[in-house]
Amino acid sequence: MRHRVTQLVRIMEDQPHRGRRSPLRMLSRLAVFGVTVLLAGCHLALFDPRGDIGMQERHLIVVALGIMLAVVIPVIALTLFFFWRYRDTNKQATYDPTWAHSTGIEIVVWGIPCVIVVFLSVLIWGTTHALDPYRPLTSNAQPVRVQVVALNWKWLFIYPDYGIATVNQLVVPAKTPINFQLTADSIMNSFFIPSLGSQVYAMAGMQTQLHLIADEPGTYRGMSSAFSGAGFSDMRFEVKATSDADFRAWVASTRHGSGTLTHDSYLTLARPSVNNAPATYATVDSGLFDEVVNQYMPSMSGMPGMRNATNRAKE
Amino acid sequence: MFGKLSLSAIPFDEPIIMGTLLAVCLLGAALLGAITYYRKWRYLWSEWFTSVDHKRIGVMYIILALVMLLRGFADAIMMRAQQAIAASGSAGYLPPHHYDQIFTAHGVIMIFFVATPLILGLMNVIVPLQIGARDVAFPFLNQFSFWLTAVGVVLVMMSMFVGDFAATGWVAYPPLSELGYSPTVGVDYYIWSLQASGLGTLLTGVNLMVTILRMRAPGMNLMKMPVFTWTALITCVLIVAVFPVLTATLAMLAADRYLGMHFFTNEAGGNAMMYINLIWVWGHPEVYILILPCFGAFSEIIPTFSGKPLFGYKSMVYATASIGVLSFFVWLHHFFTMGSGANVNAFFGIMTSIISIPTGVKLFNWLFTMFRGRVRYHSSALWTVGFMVCFAVGGMTGVLLAVPGADFVLHNSLFLVAHFHNVIIGGVVFGSLAAINFWFPKVFGFTLDERWGKVSFWCWQIGFYLAFMPLYVLGFDGMTRRMNHYDNPDWHPWLVVALAGAVVIAMGILSTGIQFFVSIRHRHENRDLTGDPWNARSLEWSTASPAPFYNFATIPTITSLEQHWDNKVHGRAYVKPEHYEPIHMPRNTGDGFIMAAWSLPLCFALVWHIWPLALVSLAAIVVTFIARTYNRDTDYYVPANEVARIENERYARLATVTRISQPSSRHQEAA
Repeated sequence: MRHRVTQLVRIMEDQPHRGRRSPLRMLSRLAVFGVTVLLAGCHLALFDPRGDIGMQERHLIVVALGIMLAVVIPVIALTLFFFWRYRDTNKQATYDPTWAHSTGIEIVVWGIPCVIVVFLSVLIWGTTHALDPYRPLTSNAQPVRVQVVALNWKWLFIYPDYGIATVNQLVVPAKTPINFQLTADSIMNSFFIPSLGSQVYAMAGMQTQLHLIADEPGTYRGMSSAFSGAGFSDMRFEVKATSDADFRAWVASTRHGSGTLTHDSYLTLARPSVNNAPATYATVDSGLFDEVVNQYMPSMSGMPGMRNATNRAKE
Repeated sequence: MFGKLSLSAIPFDEPIIMGTLLAVCLLGAALLGAITYYRKWRYLWSEWFTSVDHKRIGVMYIILALVMLLRGFADAIMMRAQQAIAASGSAGYLPPHHYDQIFTAHGVIMIFFVATPLILGLMNVIVPLQIGARDVAFPFLNQFSFWLTAVGVVLVMMSMFVGDFAATGWVAYPPLSELGYSPTVGVDYYIWSLQASGLGTLLTGVNLMVTILRMRAPGMNLMKMPVFTWTALITCVLIVAVFPVLTATLAMLAADRYLGMHFFTNEAGGNAMMYINLIWVWGHPEVYILILPCFGAFSEIIPTFSGKPLFGYKSMVYATASIGVLSFFVWLHHFFTMGSGANVNAFFGIMTSIISIPTGVKLFNWLFTMFRGRVRYHSSALWTVGFMVCFAVGGMTGVLLAVPGADFVLHNSLFLVAHFHNVIIGGVVFGSLAAINFWFPKVFGFTLDERWGKVSFWCWQIGFYLAFMPLYVLGFDGMTRRMNHYDNPDWHPWLVVALAGAVVIAMGILSTGIQFFVSIRHRHENRDLTGDPWNARSLEWSTASPAPFYNFATIPTITSLEQHWDNKVHGRAYVKPEHYEPIHMPRNTGDGFIMAAWSLPLCFALVWHIWPLALVSLAAIVVTFIARTYNRDTDYYVPANEVARIENERYARLATVTRISQPSSRHQEAA
C-alpha cells in the first residue's frame, strides 16, 4: 500500500507546467488525485503499468479525466440542484417565467467548454506526438527487433536479429526498447499488451510499427483486441520480460533447441487453429516476414512455396 | 432453382434457435389468429398498411422499433449471461459462431432497427405538426420508406432461422467479411437488410428535409422553428449526406462477394483500410443523426415542464448546426491505432474534442432552462434529467477516447463499449422514452400512466449504471470487447454485476410494457380533451388530441417562436374559426407497401443466389412503380362541412373541460 501511495505522489508531481497555486489549479489537482486514488485502488492493468509508454498513458488518462471532471462534476451537481431547487412544489424559489436569455451566461457557457478544449487540444497535440507508436524510444540499450505476424488464431514472433521465432509467447529483455514490426497473414487483428501500453493494428499486406519497453522483469498478458473471427478469444499470448542475461540465455537455448520455420512450415502453421501451445523455432528462413507482408503483391504470387492466404483459403 | 438454399440452411441442431423459432411461430400464429378472429384484416389494411398519414407511419416506426428492442435486448442479455459464465476455462453456453452472430445482430438491430426507426418515427409524427403542415412533402414515398425498413427487419429476423447472420461485428470489417473468411450467407443478409432499410432512411431524410424547408406555416421563418424541428432538419441533412456513402460502401462489399471484385480484399490491390474509412465516414455522422432529434425532444420537454421558454434558443440552433458540420471531421477517431501519423491522429483527436463544445453548451442551456422555473416531476422531465447526468458522463468518456494517447490503450476495450452505451442509451433510449411519454397523447388522445412510467425510469437508471459502470472498470483492466470466453479471473465479478444490471434493465423494459397496457386499459380516465395536457408551448399542442388526420383545420399564421403559448397568453388559443375551407389531402395507397413487399423476395433471392426469383421481384417492383406513375387519383379534398363536423365535435369536447391549462396570471401581466 505504501508503495502505491508513493506512486500516487509521483504521479501528482509528474504534472507538467506547475505554476502558482490558483484555486482552479488546486481544484483540478484534487480531481486528478481523487481519480487516481479511486482507480489505482483496484489493481487495474492500465493503472498499474509496467512500461514507460503505459506510465505516460496512465498519466495522460488521469490528467485528461481530471480536466474534464472539473467541469462535468459541477454540471451534474448543478443539474440535480436546479431540478430539486426549482421543483414545482417549492414556492419559495424565484419563478421567472419569461427569462430565456442572458448574454453574460451565454458567453460563460460557450467559454467554459472552449477553455477546456483549448487545454485538451494542447495536451492532445503534445501527447499524440510523444506517444506515437512509430516513434523509436530513446534508451542507452540497443533495441531488440521483433516481427509480429497475426495468424488465425495465434501470434508468430520472429526475432530477425537472432534468427529465432516463437508462437504465442513473447520473451523480451526488460529495460530495453522493443521495436515491433507487425503484419497479419489474412484477417486484421490488434496487437495489445495492456501492462506495457499502446496497441497497433496488424493488417494483411501491410506493415505497421510499435515501440514498447518493459521497465521491470515480469510476466504480462498479451492479446488481440480487434475481433478476427471464431478463434479470436483464444488469441492470447504470454509476455515474459526478463533480465538482459536471462534473455541472452533464453536466445541461446532457443537456438540450440529444435524447430525450423521455413516457407513450408509457415504455411502449415498459418492454417486456422486455436489454443496453440507456446512453441519456439531454433531457425527461421531469413526474409520470411517480408514475404508474408508482400504475399499479396502480384510479383510475389509466383514465389515458390508462398501462395497468398486467400488462395490457400479457397483450396 | 433454389440457389444456395436447401433444407440444411435451417439449423435444426441448435436447440436455442429452434426453441426461439417455435416460440416465434406460436406467437405469430396467435397474433394472426387473433387478427382473423376479430376480423381486423380489413381495418389493418385500410387504416394502417395503406396509410400515408405521417402520424400513423410514425407510430408504425415506433412500434417496429419497440418490438426490435425486445429482440436486441434478448441478444444483449444472452451475451451478458455468456460472459458471466465463461470465465477461467469455462466455455459458457454459446459456441463462438453463435455468440459472434449474437453480438453482430445486437449491434445491427439496436442501431438500424431500434434507434433509427425510433428517431424516424418521432420525426414523422412531430415535424409536420410542429410546422403546421398537413402531411409530409411526399406521403407515398414516406409509406415506401417505412415498409423498406420493415423489410430490413424481416430479413434480419429470417436470418436467425434460415441460414445464419454475419459473425463479423456490426460494421463488418473486411477482410473478415469477405467471401474467403465469411463464406456463409450471414454477411449477405447483413448487406441486403441494410441496403433495404438504408434506402428507406435516405428517402425519409429527403422527404422530411423538403417538408421542413418548403411546408412551414406562413410566418414561420427558420428562426421561429421549434428546436425539435431544427434538430430534425440537421439530422435529415446528415442522412442525405452520409447514407449514400453507406449504400455505396455496402455495394462495393457486395461486388467483392458476388462479382469477384477487389475493393476491400487483401489480394489484387484491394484495401480493407478504405472500407474502414468509408464505413466511419457514414458511421460517425450516424450517431449524431440518432442523437440530435433526442436533443430536440429534450429541448421541448424541459421548457414545458419548467414553465419557461428554452434558455438560449439561438445558441441551441447554432450548437445543433455546428455539431452537424463538425460530425464530418471526426471519423478517424474510430481507428487511431491503424498506424496513421501523429499529425493526422492529433488533428482528428482535436476535432473530436471540439465537437464536445456545442454539446456542452446544450447541457448548460437545459440547465439554465430549469433555473428559476417551476419544474413539474413528470416522467418525461425525469427522463430528461436522467439523460443530462448520464450524457455528461458518457460525453466525458467519449472525449477521453478522442485523446489518441489514451485511445491507444482503451481502443476496442469494454471502456469503449461502456462509453457508447452511455451515450446511446443515455441519449437515444432515454430521449425516445421521454418523447414517447411526452407526445403520446397528441397521437392517441390519452396520457400514459405515470406510475409505471416512473417505475420504468428508475429501473433503467439503476440498471444502466449497474450494467455499464463495471464495463468501464473492465476496460481499464485491459478487457477487450467481443470475447466469447476469457481466462482472467479478476474480470469475472464485474461481469456478474453487469449481468445483474441487464436484468434490472429488463425490468425497466417490462415496466414500459405494463405502462402501455395499463394506460390503454384506463384510456377513458386519462383522455386529453384539450389537446394540451402539459400546458405546453409549441404549435402541435394547439390542435386536438388525437390530432385529426388533416392536423390543422385552418393553417395557422405564425407570429412567435412559442406559438401556442403566446396564443394562450393573449387569449387567442382555442378560438373557433368563423368558417372552414375544404382541405387538400393525399389519398391512401397500397403501392408503397406492395413495392416494399416485393423487395423482400428480391433481397432474400439475392442472399441465396436465387436469380429467377430476384429478376421476377425486381420486375414486379419496376412494374408497380410505373403503374403508380399513371395513377392520377392520388389526392382528394375533405369537404368543408366534414371538417366543420370534426371540429365541432372537438369544440364540444373542449366545452366539457372545466379547467384548461393556462399560463399563470403572471404571464398575462408580463405579456
